[in-house]
Amino acid sequence: MSRNPAAIIAGAAETDQIGKLPGHSTLQLHVEAALNAVADAGLTLKDIDGIATVSAPGPVQVAHSLGIVPRWIDGTGVGGTSFLLHVRHAAAAIAAGYASTVLVTHGESGRSRVAATRYAPEPSSPAGQFETPYGTMGATTTFTIPALRYMKDYGLTHEQLAYVAVAQRHWAARNPRAAYRDPITVDDVLASRIVAYPFHLLECCLVTDGGGALIVTSADRAADFPKPAVQVLGTGESSETPLISQLADFTESLAFRLAGQAAFAEAGITVADVDHLMIYDAFAHVPIYGLEALGFVAKGEAGAFIADGNTEPGGSLPLNTNGGGLSYTHTGMYGMFAILEAVRQLRGEAAAQVAGPQISVVLGNGGMFATAGVLVLGSQPR
Amino acid sequence: MSAVPRRSAAGTDGPVAGPGRPVATSAKPVPVPTPETQPFWDGCAAGELRIQRCVECAMPYFYPRPVCPSCGSARVEWFTASGRATLYSYVINHRPARGFENDGPYAIAVVQLAEGPRMMTAITGVPATPEDLVLDMPLRVGFARRGDVCLPVFSPVQDRS
Repeated sequence: MSRNPAAIIAGAAETDQIGKLPGHSTLQLHVEAALNAVADAGLTLKDIDGIATVSAPGPVQVAHSLGIVPRWIDGTGVGGTSFLLHVRHAAAAIAAGYASTVLVTHGESGRSRVAATRYAPEPSSPAGQFETPYGTMGATTTFTIPALRYMKDYGLTHEQLAYVAVAQRHWAARNPRAAYRDPITVDDVLASRIVAYPFHLLECCLVTDGGGALIVTSADRAADFPKPAVQVLGTGESSETPLISQLADFTESLAFRLAGQAAFAEAGITVADVDHLMIYDAFAHVPIYGLEALGFVAKGEAGAFIADGNTEPGGSLPLNTNGGGLSYTHTGMYGMFAILEAVRQLRGEAAAQVAGPQISVVLGNGGMFATAGVLVLGSQPR
Repeated sequence: MSAVPRRSAAGTDGPVAGPGRPVATSAKPVPVPTPETQPFWDGCAAGELRIQRCVECAMPYFYPRPVCPSCGSARVEWFTASGRATLYSYVINHRPARGFENDGPYAIAVVQLAEGPRMMTAITGVPATPEDLVLDMPLRVGFARRGDVCLPVFSPVQDRS
């Protein structure tokens, strides 16, 4: 590594259960995840002096509900990747001395919708004027639109797109907490009903309830916690457009690429150093865009790379080893769960554990290719 | 682990059908213009596709906004685009949005205007099937009334040779 990490992840936990939790409000999911992460780090709530989460309920509400009086607050809310940005911002705040121990929380009643936020655009907003009048309804009708262009320009087949879901189900089959664990075939995926052509049901993420939380603190405290510290080696963030129609090139994500370049440069790594990878998979095409944006394969090669088995158990690049948003869980803002699986892998406590990973990369998406965050995480030196 | 979660396709917003609760049909969403977008909507009402370009660098752009996205100049002007476009990408939505319940599967498309900018739109005058919606096919603008405004929509150009 080219530098010493500024920060570590000292605590990491999900809510007791994920899936369908009608007895939990959105806020309660934040609170339960926070308590679990604080306990995982062997800390108490009084040790926390920084708070980061999205609205709603937002950092003020979460802090107040936990009795935390923060001296540093981050309410960055840029979609499902927000928690990756929170880790990045927390690392900077810790280096600057603005906080010593930061709690990052996620909770979302995505399925049961208990005290949940609505996402409908205002009719006077850019999306409300120039997209929703054409019958868009959330991610299934917008995030998906670039895919046909990619398929025509780069020859991605319907079977290769379907195989993304098949590969991730192989991982989910090894994870008792995954929502769907039964093996599936390409034929199963293509036989599932069409949601928004070219996407079938099994190429779309789940909608679940759940939460997760992290404790970020300074690297000089790495030996002070019960679990192995996970090093924050490099981070990146960027944004492109709030409107899917304005994505500059429908075959790639500029935000993915820029966030990845920043994170890899800061960590001083190349793709050859990466042992484990998480790419936010709201839909089956997103890991394809992610693999190419991060430089693991050349443009147009990711579909074949996945279909050839490289990212599934036994492959050279373990990807989305919890089963991903397609098979594990997807509350709406999935990024926290991608970080948590990377932490579990680097600690050696994942359900589908990869052999001794040293470097894990997490690529988070926000909105519909609107924002991106990338974390390069490292296992504790032994 | 609790019960099997549903997928995003099962939806969490919009009308919900269930026992004793029929699917509600409601009006389709109507855009509400703002001062910076009003000239666009005025153009649509007059049957013209008016978009902006930069006076400094000549870059045409959409959606309406007060600063050139290419060079940052605030010296921008409106002009009437040709109305010619090609089909850049699309989905065929099988899970209707509010107000679209009676439309059957419908295309949500992004077209590339002859002048360069892209916009989301509907494709009219052709069935919403992959066979009929071929990427890069030539299109021409038309306008469809929606509440107080007219929406730009696009339909295939017949071969005029």
